[in-house]
Amino acid sequence: MSLLRVEHLVVEFPGRRGTLRALDQVSFDIAPGEILGVVGESGAGKSLTGAAIIGLLEPPGHIAGGEIHLEGRRIDNLPPEQMRRIRGRKIGAIFQDPLTSLNPLYSIGRMLVETIMTHLPVSAAEARQRAIRLLKDTGIAAAAERIDHYPHQFSGGMRQRVVIALALAAEPQLIVADEPTTALDVSIQAQIIALLKRLCKERGAAVMLITHDMGVIAETCDRVAVMYAGRIAEIGPVHEIINQPAHPYTRGLMACIPDMTQERDLLHQIDGAMPRLTAIPPGCAFNPRCEQVFERCRQERPELLAAGPTRAACWLHASGGGEP
Amino acid sequence: MLAFILRRLVQAMIVMITVALIAFMLFQYVGDPVTFLLGQDVTPEESRALRAALGLDQPFVVQFWHFLANAAQGEFGFSLRQGVKVSTLIAERFPATIELALVAALLALVIGVPMGVYAALRRGSFLSQVFMTISLLGVSLPTFLIGILLILVFAVQLGWFPSFGRGEVVSIGGWTTGLLTAKGWHHITLPAVTLAIFQLTLIMRLVRAEMLEVLRTDYIKFARARGLTDRAVHFGHALKNTLVPVITITGLQLGGLIAFAIITETVFQWPGMGLLFIQAVNFADIPVMAAYLCLIALIFVVINLSVDLLYFVVDPRLRVDRAGGH
Ligand SMILES: Nc1ncnc2c1ncn2[C@@H]1O[C@H](COP(=O)(O)OP(=O)(O)O)[C@@H](O)[C@H]1O
Ligand code: SF4
Ligand SMILES: [Mg+2]
Repeated sequence: MSLLRVEHLVVEFPGRRGTLRALDQVSFDIAPGEILGVVGESGAGKSLTGAAIIGLLEPPGHIAGGEIHLEGRRIDNLPPEQMRRIRGRKIGAIFQDPLTSLNPLYSIGRMLVETIMTHLPVSAAEARQRAIRLLKDTGIAAAAERIDHYPHQFSGGMRQRVVIALALAAEPQLIVADEPTTALDVSIQAQIIALLKRLCKERGAAVMLITHDMGVIAETCDRVAVMYAGRIAEIGPVHEIINQPAHPYTRGLMACIPDMTQERDLLHQIDGAMPRLTAIPPGCAFNPRCEQVFERCRQERPELLAAGPTRAACWLHASGGGEP
Repeated sequence: MLAFILRRLVQAMIVMITVALIAFMLFQYVGDPVTFLLGQDVTPEESRALRAALGLDQPFVVQFWHFLANAAQGEFGFSLRQGVKVSTLIAERFPATIELALVAALLALVIGVPMGVYAALRRGSFLSQVFMTISLLGVSLPTFLIGILLILVFAVQLGWFPSFGRGEVVSIGGWTTGLLTAKGWHHITLPAVTLAIFQLTLIMRLVRAEMLEVLRTDYIKFARARGLTDRAVHFGHALKNTLVPVITITGLQLGGLIAFAIITETVFQWPGMGLLFIQAVNFADIPVMAAYLCLIALIFVVINLSVDLLYFVVDPRLRVDRAGGH
C-alpha cells in the first residue's frame, strides 16, 4: 500500500477577479521509503502541492477538490487539531531557507526538545538525549555542547542540518523537502542532499523532494513527477524519465541536463513561457509551446496515460495513438 | 559587550552635561541674581561682595564646573519661592511621580500586550475591531481631556474615585508610598488610568503590528510545520519575538511617562515633581526648574541604558560572549 496517495487534488485561490485554480487534478502517490522528485518551472505548483499535503495552505488558498490519503487514512479534511498532530509526527517538512527557518530567540536544543515532546511521550531529559543523538546523526560535531547554541551561531549549511534534525525529530514517515538546498552555497548542496537521503533511508522515511536541480534528481530520486501549470505532465521511474521521457515537455527539460553545469536556466530552451494561471489554454496546458501539437490537444485535456514505463498527460499516448 | 556599555556610558555623560549646561544657562537668562536678591538700590561695593561670595565673578567655565560638581551631589541650592533646599523639595515629590508612572506603565503593559496579541491573532474579529477603534481614540485624545472626562464620570457623577491628591501615604525610610494603603490605591486609580491610556493604545498597536509581522516569518511557518500547538507557536515563538521591540518602546516610554506626568499631575493635583515643576515655572523658581530638568534627563538616560542591557538578556544574537563556530 502506498504511504501517501494524492488524488485529483485541486487548490484554488478565490480573489476579487474570480477564482484562480493553482493546482488542477494533481494525482500521484509515494511508497514507504521512496524518494519522489518533483520538478517543474517556478510557479508550476510544486510548493503548493507540498503545502496542501502538510495542511498549511495559506488562506485564502484552499483545497477545492480531490483527496489526500496517508497510510490509507484521508487527511485533507481533518479538523485543524488532528492535522496538527500529523504534522511533524507523520509528515515532516523542510523549507528552502535555513537562515530564516529557525527562531533566532530559541536555542536549537529548545526547539528540538519542544518538537519531540509535542509528539512523543518522553521526559524532558530523554527528549534532550534524543536531540543530542539527532544532532550527532546530522553531522554536528560536539552536539552535546552545541545543542544549547542559538541559530546565529551556526553557518548556513549547519543550520540546514539543524532544520533536517528538527523535521526528523518526531520520526515522521514522510518528509516534504521544498528546495532544501537552493539557498545554500553550491559547494555544500550535495552534502546536504546526501545527508537527507541517508537519514531518511536509515529511518525508512519517504521523501517528496522538490527541486530545480536535475542533477540532484538523477542522483537521489527513485521516481520523478514533472509539473507544469498546476498539473502533472509526467510521472515515472527516474531512469526512464531521464532517458526516455514520453511527454514533449519532459523531453525539452531533459535535453537540458548535459548543460546544467553551465549556469544557464535551460528550462527556457523550450520556446515560450509557462502560461499564467489566468491564461491556461483549454485542452493540454502545454499546447502553445508543443512542437507536436495537434487538433485534439486544443480541445480535450489529457489525463495521465500509460506511456511505456512512465505515465504522461499527453494525447500522443492515447491508446491506439492519437496522432493524425 | 563591555565596549558597548562603555560607549553607551560616554554617550550618557555627554547627554547629561548638555542638559546641565542648558539648566545652567537658565540662571543666566533670567537675570542678575544679585539684583534679584538685593534689590535695585545697592552700592557697588555691596554688590561686588555678594558677587564674590556667590562665585559670580569667576569665568563662565569655572562657574559651570561648580554647578556640575554641585549637581552631581544633588545640590541645586535653595528654592527662590519656598526658601527650602531644592534637593529636599524634589526628594519629597519624587516618590509620588515614580509611583504614578510605574503604576501607569504596568497598567499599559498588562492590558496593552494581551489586547495587541488578541487583535493580531483574531484579526478581523468584532472585538479586534473594537480594540482598534478604541485605540485610535486613545491616541488622538489629549491627556488632560481624558483626565477631565474621567473625573467628570468617575469622581463627580458616580463618586467612585477621588479626583485629587495621593490619599493616605506611609513613609518607609524617607520614601512615601501610597501603594500600601487602600486609600492610596483609591487615589492613584484615576490619574494612573489617565496617564496609562495613551501608552496602552500605543503598546497595543505596536504589539499587534509586530505580531502580524512575526506571524508571517519562515520560522513561524516551520514551527507550525513541526506540529507545535497554536499555543506554543503564538505565545512562545511569536510573542517572544514580538516583545523585543515592545520592550524598547515601553522602556523609552517610561521616561516619557515620568516627564509628561506634568499634565496628569496638574489635572489631579497629584503632589509629584511635575506639579512642583509647573509651580516653579509660574514663579520663575530657577533652581527648582534646573534640578527638575537634570533629574528628568538622568531618568531618561538610566532607562535607556537599562533597556539596552535588557536587550542583551532577551536577544541571544547580541550576546557575543560565546563565540560561535562557523
Ligand atoms: N497566495 C497566493 N495567491 C494567489 N496565487 C498564488 C498564491 N500562492 C501561490 N500562488 C500561485 O500558485 C502557483 C504555484 O505556486 P508555487 O506552488 O509556489 O510554485 P512553485 O512550483 O514555484 O513552487 C503560482 O503560479 C502562484 O502564482
Ligand atoms: S497533448 Fe498535445 S500539446 Fe500536449 S504535450 Fe501532448 S502533443 Fe503536445
Ligand atoms: Mg516553490
